[in-house]
Amino acid sequence: MSTSYYVKDEEIESGVCELEIPQNPVDRYLRMDRMPHIWCTGCGIGTTVNCFARALTESQIDMKNVCVVSGIGCTGRVSGYLNLDSFHTTHGRAIPFATGLKLANPELTVVVYSGDGDLIAIGGNHFIHAARRNMDLKIICVNNFIYGMTGGQVAPTTPLNAIATTSPYGNYEEAFNLPYLAESCGAVYVARWTAYHVIQLTRAMKEIMTKKGFCFIEILAPCPTLYDRRNKIADGLEHMKLFKEKSKIVKGVSAKDAVINDQQFILGTFVNRERKTYLESMNEKFSDVFGSRYTPYGVKL
Amino acid sequence: MSETTIKQPKKVRGRIYIKKELCKGCGFCIEFCPLHILAFSEEFNKKGYHPPKIIDEDRCSGCDLCGMYCPDFAIFGIKVK
Amino acid sequence: MKADPIGVLTGTHFIDGDHSCCEGALSAGCRFVAGYPITPSTEVVERIASRFPLVGGIFIQLEDEIASSIAIAGAVWAGKKAMTVTSGPGFSLMMEHIGFCAMTETPCVFVDVQRGGPSTGLPTLPGQADIMQARWGSHGDYEIIALAPNSCQESFDLTIQAFNLAEKYRVPVLFMLDECVGHMTEKVVIPPAEQIDIYPRRYTKKLPKDYLMYAPGPDLVPEMAKAGDGYNVFVTGLTHDERGYPATTPPAQDVLVKRLVNKIRRNADDIVMYEEDQTDNADVIVVSYGITSRVALKAIEWARRDGMKVGTFRLQVIWPFPEKRITALAQKIQAFVVPEMNLGQIVFEVERCSQGKAKSVLVPHAGGTVHNPEDIYQAIKGSL
Repeated sequence: MSTSYYVKDEEIESGVCELEIPQNPVDRYLRMDRMPHIWCTGCGIGTTVNCFARALTESQIDMKNVCVVSGIGCTGRVSGYLNLDSFHTTHGRAIPFATGLKLANPELTVVVYSGDGDLIAIGGNHFIHAARRNMDLKIICVNNFIYGMTGGQVAPTTPLNAIATTSPYGNYEEAFNLPYLAESCGAVYVARWTAYHVIQLTRAMKEIMTKKGFCFIEILAPCPTLYDRRNKIADGLEHMKLFKEKSKIVKGVSAKDAVINDQQFILGTFVNRERKTYLESMNEKFSDVFGSRYTPYGVKL
Repeated sequence: MSETTIKQPKKVRGRIYIKKELCKGCGFCIEFCPLHILAFSEEFNKKGYHPPKIIDEDRCSGCDLCGMYCPDFAIFGIKVK
Repeated sequence: MKADPIGVLTGTHFIDGDHSCCEGALSAGCRFVAGYPITPSTEVVERIASRFPLVGGIFIQLEDEIASSIAIAGAVWAGKKAMTVTSGPGFSLMMEHIGFCAMTETPCVFVDVQRGGPSTGLPTLPGQADIMQARWGSHGDYEIIALAPNSCQESFDLTIQAFNLAEKYRVPVLFMLDECVGHMTEKVVIPPAEQIDIYPRRYTKKLPKDYLMYAPGPDLVPEMAKAGDGYNVFVTGLTHDERGYPATTPPAQDVLVKRLVNKIRRNADDIVMYEEDQTDNADVIVVSYGITSRVALKAIEWARRDGMKVGTFRLQVIWPFPEKRITALAQKIQAFVVPEMNLGQIVFEVERCSQGKAKSVLVPHAGGTVHNPEDIYQAIKGSL
């Protein structure tokens, strides 16, 4: 690997120049031997990974204990690029795999990083039950409104009338309101941001790293190749500008009213509450029944 | 594997670093730099994209928004004292 | 290493096959079970649910078999021994993840308490028609290990063997009970923990910087690492190279898939397990497994009383199939009689391995109850 330096003489004299190039803050979390990644020009997934990397650094969590689990799809490839204990599982099943990881070793901080189709369509059943149980998982859902990896098929989040390869005349299904779904199933933290809102997104990711319970962040992101191109959005940058123009951050808005339509994307943190996690409930029950005979599971003495 | 160019403004508050070969020419950094001091360069990288270049070195604040936006991890900024 | 005493219910018990399987898992060190209720397997997880809290295990009834079959993989990568339990319809749902565990070399146990099929079939009645599915059920080329107990004692003993084989070969092991063995109640002796041998997980001792996830050892099995130890493991179902990184190319496919298959085939001599009786001078050998092997004993008794020279060959490990032994026996005998509670599955393996040297006579049964020994007896008589 060769690096070439261009250093101006004036800088050397003024003492400003450094002979060492600092590392990109995201690099320590990446498997650099796998760069460049496969995501397209203007794809929003890489942007969310930057936010994730910075959130991890700011949260000061022990990286040894952070696991990333993803499913299949473009966002599913995130696990392959992150230099953590990472797992690229089957389509839709990241959440139950993550459940197994977390329950087998409760000291792990388990992040599920996957796409809308993977988590909500084929993975929908697992999503709602994990939320109901308040399984201590951090779900990062990149919503690009489409099934990208397989060529642009309609997804449960594809907007009405949008063109996709399996809805070539326009989608006639209503899309999910993911924050509403997550809230109604019992998630303790629910937020929606976009790939444009990097500051808020980083902050949200940092918040969930230390919040116990089922946390859900939906990130709206451009898919220039499969969604934007077929739906009159010039490229990823155009879509990011749409996120910038049409997003509304409304304080106190409920998840139910967090609509996405032609006029607006409602963003914000919709839910931030406390509930007993799955393991807390389990330990409580068994301590109740067995008294001192029971050693609470996963609790450091 | 990737070529790094140091961009070093004179009276610096911030400095950016670009890995030209990772750039895919998406334009996010250029569009969203709050000080509008990035632009597409004339040169091509190996994949045929135009990496960004800094057009007003003195004004870089080191906010690292370019770094946060870059989907390809090809650019980042740091504050210097 | 020896079993952890906390899970071993030493003593003489009168319990059914499902319960014995649960105790076998506990003795083997299994501390994570994810499952979904399905007759006739449910009793296994019911006993797990009541036993686990006081032995430090964790049980969760998940929303379906698909979730259960991948949750156990997650638990394994976090450091626990894990098992899931199901029957026919659930077994079909688990196929993708059996393939995932084979591809990622995740050691775990899948219990299938077989019932009448296909589809919803006979939920409360026995069948043995999942045997080929156990071997070929998931897509792609891979090999697994499958065992079949024929008694409650074996449901205990062979479950431990299943876990040991899983760890030794880093492969999903399928435990093929049938409803009869699962629901019949017999005496089961559970020995003291120090008499139970456990094969420990093959964790690497290398430092993270020297460790390659899928670099095979001399027996074609790679060393393992788990999450939380700083190895930055990467596990993917994509075709991968020795680092575990996706390598979706024909050369990488050739190397990986052949190794996954050869891992079992080359070590088959160590894995196969069967019981033979009076095969040395036999003219006919009855090949059977599971509950059918016990029913066949009556038919064999009658045939031997008639003066026939009948040997028995009972499969305890069904996959990999004991090809060498069957081929060797085929040279000396006239016929194999294969009673099975299906319309022909293992008989094809017997026929293949006989290479034309001995007849293979199937005694089929569509399922729902055990064979009538008379049918097996007639088949033995008619085979010569």
